[in-house]
Amino acid sequence: MTRPASTKPLSISLKSCAKTFADGTRVLEPLDLDIHAGETLVLLGPSGCGKTTTLRLIAGLEQPDAGGRVLFDGVDVTAQSIELRNVGMVFQSYALFPNMTVAGNVGYGLRIRKLPAAAQRARVAEMLAMMRIEALADRSIDQLSGGQRQRVALARALAVQPRALLLDEPLTALDAQLRDALRVEINQLLRELGITAIYVTHDQAEAMALGDRIIVMSHGRVAQTGTPREIYHQPASHFVAGFIGTMNRLSGEMGANGFVCAAGIVPWYGGHSAADEILFRPEDVRIAEEGEPADLVGSVAAAFFLGDRTRLFVDVGDRQPLVMESTARCTRGVGEQVRLRVDPQGVLDLSSQRGSL
Amino acid sequence: MIYLLLPAAAFFGAFFLLPMCRLFLVGGSGTRGWSAYTAILTDPVYFNALLATLGVAAATTVATLLISAIAGVFLQRHRFPGNALLVSMLTLPLAFPGVVIGFMVIMLAGRQGLIGALTQALGGDKWVFAYSLGGLFMGYVYFSVPRTILTVMSATEKLDHRLEEAARSLGASTWRVVLDVILPGLKPAFISAGAICFATAVGAFGTAFTLAARINVLPMVIYTEFTLSANIAMAAALSFVLGAVTWLVLALARTAAGSTVAAAG
Ligand SMILES: Nc1ncnc2c1ncn2[C@@H]1O[C@H](COP(=O)(O)OP(=O)(O)OP(=O)(O)O)[C@@H](O)[C@H]1O
Ligand SMILES: [Mg+2]
Repeated sequence: MTRPASTKPLSISLKSCAKTFADGTRVLEPLDLDIHAGETLVLLGPSGCGKTTTLRLIAGLEQPDAGGRVLFDGVDVTAQSIELRNVGMVFQSYALFPNMTVAGNVGYGLRIRKLPAAAQRARVAEMLAMMRIEALADRSIDQLSGGQRQRVALARALAVQPRALLLDEPLTALDAQLRDALRVEINQLLRELGITAIYVTHDQAEAMALGDRIIVMSHGRVAQTGTPREIYHQPASHFVAGFIGTMNRLSGEMGANGFVCAAGIVPWYGGHSAADEILFRPEDVRIAEEGEPADLVGSVAAAFFLGDRTRLFVDVGDRQPLVMESTARCTRGVGEQVRLRVDPQGVLDLSSQRGSL
Repeated sequence: MIYLLLPAAAFFGAFFLLPMCRLFLVGGSGTRGWSAYTAILTDPVYFNALLATLGVAAATTVATLLISAIAGVFLQRHRFPGNALLVSMLTLPLAFPGVVIGFMVIMLAGRQGLIGALTQALGGDKWVFAYSLGGLFMGYVYFSVPRTILTVMSATEKLDHRLEEAARSLGASTWRVVLDVILPGLKPAFISAGAICFATAVGAFGTAFTLAARINVLPMVIYTEFTLSANIAMAAALSFVLGAVTWLVLALARTAAGSTVAAAG
């Protein structure tokens, strides 16, 4: 890959940016956001939570309600329209110009900037090479596959050396395999370029893989901000815990030796708590060794062979069965009794956050 | 599979091919014989009428597309009070016969017309152009603009907004967005609406008949040959040529438009 002459990456701030649409619906509560120079920030959340709206505020395609401000490197750009902000955009629908070839699309921003023809050709060639689509230069857009279109869209956005790259679910329209491949590629590209990038997705795996930081959103608010690890291991609320990955929940009450529930006692070293529910991830529970004392005892409700491992659903007398994973060689059948150990480090008590998001 | 084409072929044969062949043959059956066709090119009366017809139709098409493009995109993109009423009123002229449209042109640009009164009041000459090609042009534009606006509006509604946003994110000004995204996106609508506009202007008769005095367009000439001179053969020859030339112009326009698509790419 070739590296374009790098400009200093941009830092972006939103100051109490709310958004109410003309029909009166408030889709963003006043939002404060700091996006560090050069980082990849992922906006993650369920459909309709306001991710696209946030991205469009940053791009300049929407105006925040009165009082909201958008700062680029500390400079107020709230009143500046998108064509002056110099941000690259990549859409889920690609939004390639159908009346231009691949090269025409990639070179569009350069033509607007009236670069000399030779410089334009050189830059277009460079971008096509970077996205490995040199062979497609003279194709028309309707002769491209979805993955190829997204590469062209990326090349077009990056050709003008934007100050930041804004991507709105760029991979959602692609099939799973292509999505994985392009995700790796985009990740590499963003690291290589060191560009400030804001990536919208509702796919948590994508968010985990790409984000330096993730902002989880819900109903127009920020539910949690943090690195993928923080979000995964220390979810701040039930909403985040449930939205990211799989979470087991057990109800019961705190006792002297741990959390007492129907199937046994889960170790708890977190001190005094009035929790009536604890949570832990599937990977924090395992089948107890022969002769090892068990924390919980249940029976297999269902088992799915996934190739490299087996996913077990274990009935422990709670509303929902526990989800856990076991080695592929595990041959437990439905109805068989299993003895389980829970890693105390993975046990979460979110009872104090109940009621928040 | 070929049988599926039969209904279309039967329709085409019965209502298009047969009458056209018949028209062509009748055109050569008069006292002049086949030279009726060459007369259209050599006789200045016929030839000038042909040129005038095509000229007015072309001018009408260009003016209509220009006005409708601006108005249609604006009406679709901007909501204001009365927008819906205005749009629904646009269909009105379609229901008027050519005579009514001719009458309206006279009221506007005739001897007692509004425009004449206005220019006179402003201290200039009294403008009267209702009874010339100018009047005809005005009537045709008046008739074609509303329908074309509706076509442009529905095409505008179908445009992909993201394309415009993508162009703007790359630095394109409003004007460049219009030029690079909106106009290319509306091109198919322009071609089909323009073709209908042109064909209508070539063949329209009622308006020309109402404004008759100094206008010599082909439909009028055909009418004269047919009713006054009872020269059926000449009328048929003129009709055939009128149809053929219209078809040719539209085919050429389509090809030209198609190649600009390729060239722009
Ligand atoms: N122009 C608009 N007018 C009114 N409401 C709107 C408008 N655009 C979006 N909304 C509403 O704002 C809310 C947030 O929309 P937004 O597009 O930001 O969601 P999102 O998080 O991107 O969702 P998705 O994952 O489905 O794309 C939605 O409820 C949507 O219906
Ligand atoms: Mg969205």
